[in-house]
Amino acid sequence: MVLLTLLAAITIGIVRMRNLFGVVVLGGIYSFLMASVMIVLDAVDVAMTEASVGAGISTVLMLGALSLTKTEESVPKHLPLLPVFVAVATGAVLVFGTFALPPFGVAETPMNTHVAPYYLQNSIPDTSIPNVVTSVLSSYRGFDTLGETTVIFTAGIAVLMLLKGKRHIKPGPKRRRVSR
Amino acid sequence: MDLLQAIVAHYNHWIIIFLMVSGLYIVVARGNMIKKLVGLGLFQTSVYLLYLSPGKILGGTPPIISAQFSVYSNPLPHVLILTAIVVGVATLALGLALVVRINEAFGTIEEDEIFAGEEDE
Amino acid sequence: MKLDVIFRVAAKIFIPFMLVFALYVQFHGDFGPGGGFQAGVVAAAMVIFYAIIFGLDAAQKIFPPRIIELMVPAGVAIFAGVGVASLFLGNDYLDYSPLMHDPVHGQHIGILLVEIGVLVTVAGTMVAIFYSFIGRGR
Repeated sequence: MVLLTLLAAITIGIVRMRNLFGVVVLGGIYSFLMASVMIVLDAVDVAMTEASVGAGISTVLMLGALSLTKTEESVPKHLPLLPVFVAVATGAVLVFGTFALPPFGVAETPMNTHVAPYYLQNSIPDTSIPNVVTSVLSSYRGFDTLGETTVIFTAGIAVLMLLKGKRHIKPGPKRRRVSR
Repeated sequence: MDLLQAIVAHYNHWIIIFLMVSGLYIVVARGNMIKKLVGLGLFQTSVYLLYLSPGKILGGTPPIISAQFSVYSNPLPHVLILTAIVVGVATLALGLALVVRINEAFGTIEEDEIFAGEEDE
Repeated sequence: MKLDVIFRVAAKIFIPFMLVFALYVQFHGDFGPGGGFQAGVVAAAMVIFYAIIFGLDAAQKIFPPRIIELMVPAGVAIFAGVGVASLFLGNDYLDYSPLMHDPVHGQHIGILLVEIGVLVTVAGTMVAIFYSFIGRGR
């Protein structure tokens, strides 16, 4: 609960801060807090991934992109009344919806009684692997993981296509579109 | 007493909703594209929590089978979110690459300035 | 920079352990937390760490961009290849049971091979993305 409150506090910081460098660093803190919350929620594999990906790789990528662009965000010209209204209205509807959800930590919810017990019981006899997450990831849902790997492959190829070639123009202060 | 129970039962949901709504607010309200990507990241991580928190069973352990334990948390959301995180960083890199190219073409990453520059032509 | 030497010495001590940790996460993923995705990211973090401390050219001498870019499709090919192999051995696509004479052992081997495919793709993609971002800045 304390960790979740800290997460909310960091989020307020991210929303309010205008220096993008600070935003990226706060994002790293946010990811580590998120990883701690995931450990509390028993998701050790996911926590490991979030700590290395969220706090490590994506922070480095953000900083790399910031070094190629500007680090200061400009002040908006008008008050963001409509976005605030949209956000608050969405939040209110969702909070109303939570009262129909099962309370935290109960074992008898449909989600926890549907297919998960099958995985937990059959992982050792089927694959002799004690870490159920690994066996579900690669064996029971191997097709899913193949798709995810292909998505990563495609995103990597797309980034290479966008950034690999030689730079044709210098970035200038002019706001004119430059034709190639 | 009722109120306290409701808070304990739904506190995780409310925090998830708060994170999600602030991500939505950043995406809608801010013109800066890198800030928008950070907002999308907030939105995304709130969905991770939304998946993981109902899978937790009080008194359960991580789903690594061992003779000493009998109650395990639900492993299925862990699998889904594990892959979603890595795919998320790959798509984040794609978005950042697009932002870098936009900056090279227009000289700015603010939405308003890009629109203003297009109207001048 | 004055502090440069500290970074260099510390990096030289850390990097072998980071590589060993990535391999541990990869191959111990069956018994503890870990697996191809995490190991790939840790291995990529090692390369990025090296590139930050010693410079991009030194890193690209050890991990040439050509090989890194080959790793991106190679991992998907390993993954899909395991599926095709099980198809030819008379079972469903990505059903690893016939890879060894014992179905349970076959599943174990299949999961190990697939995780290697995931490791190769994830590590290759992350490093390739990092190279292209940093190479763009010069």
